[in-house]
Amino acid sequence: MPFLPVFLWTDILIFLLLAVVAAGVIYIRRRPHLSAPWRTVIQRKRGMISIMILSCYVVIGLLDSLHYRPALEADGNGEQVHYATEVISVFDRIAQPLRQELEKTYSAPFSHQLYVKEMQTAADGSLIYDYPRLKYGASHLAQIEDKWSDIQQTILKASLLSLLLVFLVYVAHCIVSYWRNKTGILAEAKRLLTGQSDYPLRTFYLMLLMLTLVTFNVVALSGDYHVFGTDKVGQDVLYQALKSVRTGLVIGTLTTLVMLPLAIMMGIAAGYFRGWIDDIIQYIYTTLNSIPGVLLIAAAVLILQVYMNNHPENFATIAERADMRLLFLCIILGVTSWTGLCRILRAETLKLREAEYVLASRALGASNFSILHKHILPNLMHLVLIAVVLDFSGLVLAEAVLSYVGVGVDPSMISWGNMINSARLEMARDPVVWWSLTAAFISMFVLVLAANLFADVVRDAFDPRMQGGR
Amino acid sequence: MTDALLQVKGLKTWFGNGEQPYRAVDGISFDIHRGQTFALLGESGCGKSMTALSLLRLNPYPASRIVSGEVLLDGKNLLPLSEAQMETIRGRRIAMIFQEPQSSLNPVLSVGQQIAEVLNWHFDLNEAAIYTRSIELLQAVGIPDPQQRIKDYPHQLSGGMKQRIMIAIALAGEPELLIADEPTTALDVTIQAQILDLLKDIQQKTGMAILLITHDLGVVAQMADHVAVMYAGQIVETASREQFFNDTRHPYTRKLFEALPSEQKREEKLTVIKGSVPQLNQTFNCCRFADRCDYAWQHCHDVEPQWVEEDSHGVRCHLYDAAVTAENIVRELKQTHSKLSDVVPAETALLQVDRLKVHFPIKKGILQRTVGHVKAVDGISFDLRVAETLALVGESGCGKTTVGKGVLQLVPVTEGNVSFRNEKLTKMSERELREARSSLQIIFQDPFSSMNPRMTISQVIEEGMLTSSIREPEQKARKVDELLERVGLRPEIKHRYPHEFSGGQRQRICIARALAAEPEVIICDEPTSALDVSVQAQILNLLRDIQHEFGLSYLFITHNIAVVDYLAHRVAVMYLGRVVEEGSREDVLNNPKHPYTQALLAAVPKIDAESQRETVRLEGELPSPAHPPKGCHFHQRCPHVMDKCREQYPDLSQLSTSHTVKCFLYEEDYYGSTDSN
Repeated sequence: MPFLPVFLWTDILIFLLLAVVAAGVIYIRRRPHLSAPWRTVIQRKRGMISIMILSCYVVIGLLDSLHYRPALEADGNGEQVHYATEVISVFDRIAQPLRQELEKTYSAPFSHQLYVKEMQTAADGSLIYDYPRLKYGASHLAQIEDKWSDIQQTILKASLLSLLLVFLVYVAHCIVSYWRNKTGILAEAKRLLTGQSDYPLRTFYLMLLMLTLVTFNVVALSGDYHVFGTDKVGQDVLYQALKSVRTGLVIGTLTTLVMLPLAIMMGIAAGYFRGWIDDIIQYIYTTLNSIPGVLLIAAAVLILQVYMNNHPENFATIAERADMRLLFLCIILGVTSWTGLCRILRAETLKLREAEYVLASRALGASNFSILHKHILPNLMHLVLIAVVLDFSGLVLAEAVLSYVGVGVDPSMISWGNMINSARLEMARDPVVWWSLTAAFISMFVLVLAANLFADVVRDAFDPRMQGGR
Repeated sequence: MTDALLQVKGLKTWFGNGEQPYRAVDGISFDIHRGQTFALLGESGCGKSMTALSLLRLNPYPASRIVSGEVLLDGKNLLPLSEAQMETIRGRRIAMIFQEPQSSLNPVLSVGQQIAEVLNWHFDLNEAAIYTRSIELLQAVGIPDPQQRIKDYPHQLSGGMKQRIMIAIALAGEPELLIADEPTTALDVTIQAQILDLLKDIQQKTGMAILLITHDLGVVAQMADHVAVMYAGQIVETASREQFFNDTRHPYTRKLFEALPSEQKREEKLTVIKGSVPQLNQTFNCCRFADRCDYAWQHCHDVEPQWVEEDSHGVRCHLYDAAVTAENIVRELKQTHSKLSDVVPAETALLQVDRLKVHFPIKKGILQRTVGHVKAVDGISFDLRVAETLALVGESGCGKTTVGKGVLQLVPVTEGNVSFRNEKLTKMSERELREARSSLQIIFQDPFSSMNPRMTISQVIEEGMLTSSIREPEQKARKVDELLERVGLRPEIKHRYPHEFSGGQRQRICIARALAAEPEVIICDEPTSALDVSVQAQILNLLRDIQHEFGLSYLFITHNIAVVDYLAHRVAVMYLGRVVEEGSREDVLNNPKHPYTQALLAAVPKIDAESQRETVRLEGELPSPAHPPKGCHFHQRCPHVMDKCREQYPDLSQLSTSHTVKCFLYEEDYYGSTDSN
């Protein structure tokens, strides 16, 4: 076998979550009252834009979650295949050049030379103190003066390619809808373009064009240049920013996976059963709320650190070690953040348990359990959904802050927080190394903005006050 | 009466801007004269409230817009005025009071501040003058002890008091026209009578005109000088009160009268209006009522009727248009007799309630100590016999609903017994109770909240079969179809969700769910009070039919005396957690003995204009069940109060074999020891 699949804990959980989401989508599609709000989400322009951006991030994150250990070159006898100790992901394989083309140290975006001067031997044997050429960045150019025209040409080619692709998609779309409606292909084309469809198709195509433009250009340019420069050890910053996507997504989603069962069970139990159960749960969450979250997280992470140092035999690779720390961070973040949602759910359950359909159900002889899962839980799900989507961006930002403070993810794991943390020293340099921070900032900003917009649209669609008569 | 104060000409208020705007108000014209009470009558959703809001240009913006028309106040059109100019008219020349006094007062401002706000806005008065004027206003609306009350906050006042305060605020601007949008719908009959009297009284003193919006024919009969009936965004009939009640013309108006339940109709089914109100987002080229009208012929479906007016009695119907030769449609007399007297309730008691008490503790302080009890139900005993309807009548807050829930053990019972078929429900464990409950079902007041919005109709009804013997899915599905057909709905609807149905349809579904459990007793907790008259008639017919078919017993909880008169075999009148009078329907309703029953019956507005009877008006309001008055609970409001009444609670007096009352006035009739209390 050319590779050995590695199942990290977070990978398993992420794909579990994906399966749950897929099952949820199938479930919702069959129920008109559940799918209606989702349709309005897609029909809104903001919803469409944010979904498209988010799905780009998700694709990167998922590709980065398929881990394996590549086989080493067989050493002749071919009996025993040895695997590399380094765990890489499918995404790493795709971005192989980015990962492996290491420069010596800092270099600015699109630069052809290092950021620091070095003693070097010229062709004639004399020593000069100057900026050396990069090993990979812009190394294909014979003349440095050609750099900008080369970049322009690459951009032009990539942009034309992306335009062509979007056009092809559009033509395919027209043909499909012509097959469906049989109204004449030109009429269909016009209908799609003039926004007479139920969905904001113009926004869709505009966004598709922008996304393909960005992707194609970045892919084309990163082949020859370091688009976001390189960091202290010469690693491509673009690669780091993309690798951070998975970390951010894992923190944002897995934390909710930890948080939801706690919040839902506690909230419903407190609201429905009242009495001493309610008292205990309220005490728990008020107590938990009054402990500063950062302290709790720092303590938990330090304990784990000690454990990992004392039991190195449990972790075969660095990746597994880092992954365990990431998972633990998700758990501890989840444990500290369920109280808000729990409080909301308790209040809503208090209201619902007095609803007449719950009384009617009790009069019909239904048991507590059946009331909870038939009547109470389905009527709380919109709140859960809104809370999850709103929390997501907060958690992504929390990761950055925690890693910056030093209690976040493992230092060996690439994350926005770690990038920002190392940028702290870079900003103090003279001349300033600004690209690391910028890259982390842009990629995080786009994700959080998209998530916030998405949360906004979802809340509007599910909030009963926003839609009259329901 | 030529000086019209307010003239409305062709007013149209539409919702939405799209291809098909929703025509909530579609060409309304009427005049209101000075000192007149003009009643706008109609069922829910016909555009009454939107008309009133449009007059003041308070219609929801930007959802709706006034498309055309004129609103002339003293000949001056209000619609083109600027917002600033409108502010000098709103509250000053035209004031408005709303249905829900709870939500129309600001809870964080005292009563005085809210009145002063209006005075400050419209008059140039100093602080002392504002204070004296506020006191005057409070006195004018009959608030006792105004110097104290002026400092009170809305939550310290009862519903009737709040509505009085609302009226005082409206009067502060000394308006020429008062728009009262269902001013008494949220109030009890005795309070309603007080408020209506107050409005009449104020009108006589100040000579202002009132635009009264209501759905209640009784209120119209009592208050109005002139009546307009609205249907689907249009006025279909206007007339003076005498004309309206003696010579009803439009088929819709007639139907409204016929749909009212009453004693005279006990032996027959109520008339129902078939179909439902048409969607208002279409252009009408026909009579809007044609699909539901018994007299409609082809012409009605083709041509929109013109406004025909003679003797100031206008009607929008082809039947009265001289230019149209009416085809005589012989109305099928399908008055199915559904005699209440056919079914004679058995004498055996099915459900026995014995000295039932439900007290809710009042907890206060950090330690949540119990400082007192709300005695919602305070020792109630009654028997419900097989195939009988026992009506439990009383004002809101008297504990009727709690009785229903207490019988079903849905609230913890403090004391007393409920036995069903001689098995004590109060002694059962949770598990046994679950089995027993299916024989006792409940139908709630609000059909909108009594079904889980996230379940399909078939799921809702199948829930009713939890304890039944039917287990196989196909059989369940067949039973659901059967039940839906039984309650008059098509079985195809079973995969839809509750929000797609109207109030009446939902109430039918709730009845189907209750029937699915194959009950013997159904507790009907005001099942029709959230519904329009025409829909109410359908539900009452259905309830009576299924009672005959399945031999059900009803405990019918209501405040609507007309419904009781139509449906009940026996009546129990509740006051503050206790039954004060009980007996057969004839005894209690035609020959009431307890002063409270007498006052309650007198407060119900009657529609036949002749019987504007001597009335016993009740003073004050229902005391709090947390602190019931000493002695007879009713003594503070009783016109016949004696010294004895203030000291002790009267015992049960047996007036006849079927009629009992708890009042000292009838102590001398007392024979034998019948009360075990």
